[in-house]
Amino acid sequence: MTRHVIVGTGVAGVSAGLAIRSVDPGAEIVLIGHEPEKYYSRPGLAYLLSSEIPERMLFPMQARDFKARGLTVLDGIVERIDPTACSLHLRGGQEIAYDRLLVATGAAAVLPDLPGMDLKGVVKLDDFSDARRILRLARRGRRAVVVGGGITALEIVEGLARRGLRVHYLLRKERYWANVLDEAESRIVEGRLRHEGVTLHYHSDVEALLGKRGRVTGLRLAGGEQLACSLVAFAVGIRPRLELARAAGLNLDRGILVNEYLETGVARIYAAGDAAQVYDPLSGRHILDSLWNPAREQGRVAGLNMAGQRTAYIKKAAFNVTRLAGLTTTIIGAVGGGQDADLVGIARGDSEAWRDLPHAIACQTHTEVNRVRVMVGRRTLIGAVVMGDQTLSQPLQELITEQVDISPMRAALIQPGGAVVDRLLDFWSEWRQTHGPQ
Amino acid sequence: MSFREHLTSEARHRQALAVGLVVPDNSRCVQCGICSFNCPIGIDVRQHAWLGKPVEDSHCLTCGTCIQKCPRGVLRFERGSLHLGATEVGR
Ligand SMILES: Cc1cc2nc3c(=O)[nH]c(=O)nc-3n(C[C@H](O)[C@H](O)[C@H](O)COP(=O)(O)OP(=O)(O)OC[C@H]3O[C@@H](n4cnc5c(N)ncnc54)[C@H](O)[C@@H]3O)c2cc1C
Repeated sequence: MTRHVIVGTGVAGVSAGLAIRSVDPGAEIVLIGHEPEKYYSRPGLAYLLSSEIPERMLFPMQARDFKARGLTVLDGIVERIDPTACSLHLRGGQEIAYDRLLVATGAAAVLPDLPGMDLKGVVKLDDFSDARRILRLARRGRRAVVVGGGITALEIVEGLARRGLRVHYLLRKERYWANVLDEAESRIVEGRLRHEGVTLHYHSDVEALLGKRGRVTGLRLAGGEQLACSLVAFAVGIRPRLELARAAGLNLDRGILVNEYLETGVARIYAAGDAAQVYDPLSGRHILDSLWNPAREQGRVAGLNMAGQRTAYIKKAAFNVTRLAGLTTTIIGAVGGGQDADLVGIARGDSEAWRDLPHAIACQTHTEVNRVRVMVGRRTLIGAVVMGDQTLSQPLQELITEQVDISPMRAALIQPGGAVVDRLLDFWSEWRQTHGPQ
Repeated sequence: MSFREHLTSEARHRQALAVGLVVPDNSRCVQCGICSFNCPIGIDVRQHAWLGKPVEDSHCLTCGTCIQKCPRGVLRFERGSLHLGATEVGR
């Protein structure tokens, strides 16, 4: 009997386990994870902060569901992989042999190196225990400071504001998420935050955290200004967890490099999810995402390959639907570029692909809160940001991921003052009649 | 619920009953469970979203609450007949 071992009980690991089971009823499948909660909706933690959902609802599968599918879940920290002996070493000394191994160790928040980072009340948002800590601190505190960019920073800002804290949000430069959003989009988000009572500070760099008796009481900015607070949250980016892979001699760049079969190059070892850096046919490069669905799909494909069903992973245009300052926002494909001072690399719910904009023409339409920006390439649409009204979210998702030839409407679309929404909707309805889901 | 809200939700309800099923687009779903949490009769909508399958549960009221509460636009109504179990969704 083949033994498949999976390190990590996140969505990539679980999806791999389910895929192996779907093609091999007899295989032994062991998942090892060190979070006590094991498998839950990590993006759902944001809705725990905003009180939209109770803890118990964040679990898509219960222990009995794992059991029913013959997936063994072990609690433990894998400390070392021995690729020669094909075995794993857990903290505490246990050794587990594998026939096939999946490394799905996810990513962890990057924390800045500042004086006072060890003070109580300084937090990040990676996992369940972080979310609980933030909620505990929010109950006691009145003022909070959030530092960073991307989706997670805003989710923390909004969660805390909703719970009645006075929130100060620090940005290092002049606008929010400058390498994914355009200026108008950043301003919409910032305006809405202000409306919710959040104080934004531009050009603000934290120099040190200040504390008393081991607890944070405030921070000092580079200009000398001090802000008092009992909670400081950092969301300045994430980094794949690579320690195991590095020690095992896997090929690394920013993440674990894999081919389209999710193979690492070391015999019998695969990688998937936030930890993996996968080939992106659209840009021709290996890129990182921190997105639930790519992690799920990579896990599935890795699982099939581990079980002997050779299957290629074809990466699609990176896609996320999220809320930015309460405004539903869809981000698809390539929409921006350059650096964002608030983030080191990428954040949660983010993709390197979004910053990979080749030559394209932006056409946009804008009302007070609803905004659509479409990046028009030579023959296809290559990216879009849809804020507020989501009528175009699904049409653009399909036109961009299916790389539909838009030549027939291109000229009309990029014409200044063109009716962007109507043109796109008409074109999409027509395309769907002939090509879309029947 | 105000009278006006009641009327619109009634109207939506009747329209939904007439036209169809709740159908997920699982590429948008992050399994947060807000849909299952808000279903008035406890259908595990999230599980349908994971499997990418329409909510073909004869108990579904097609009240639209899950569609409304989902923060990511995962769920929508598609035309079909509840009674025949047929749907126009091919995915
Ligand atoms: C606040 C927040 C908001 C997010 N928002 C979005 C969003 O809007 N849209 C979206 O698509 N995605 C979002 N994400 C990202 C999404 O959750 C991730 O892309 C996804 O969880 C990745 O799954 P994974 O299985 O690769 O890794 P993970 O879910 O990180 O799981 C990895 C697991 O491996 C375990 N592990 C690591 N090393 C070891 C070891 N040595 N031994 C044992 N166990 C180990 C870890 O403890 C962890 O449990 C968000 C995430 C967060 C935290």
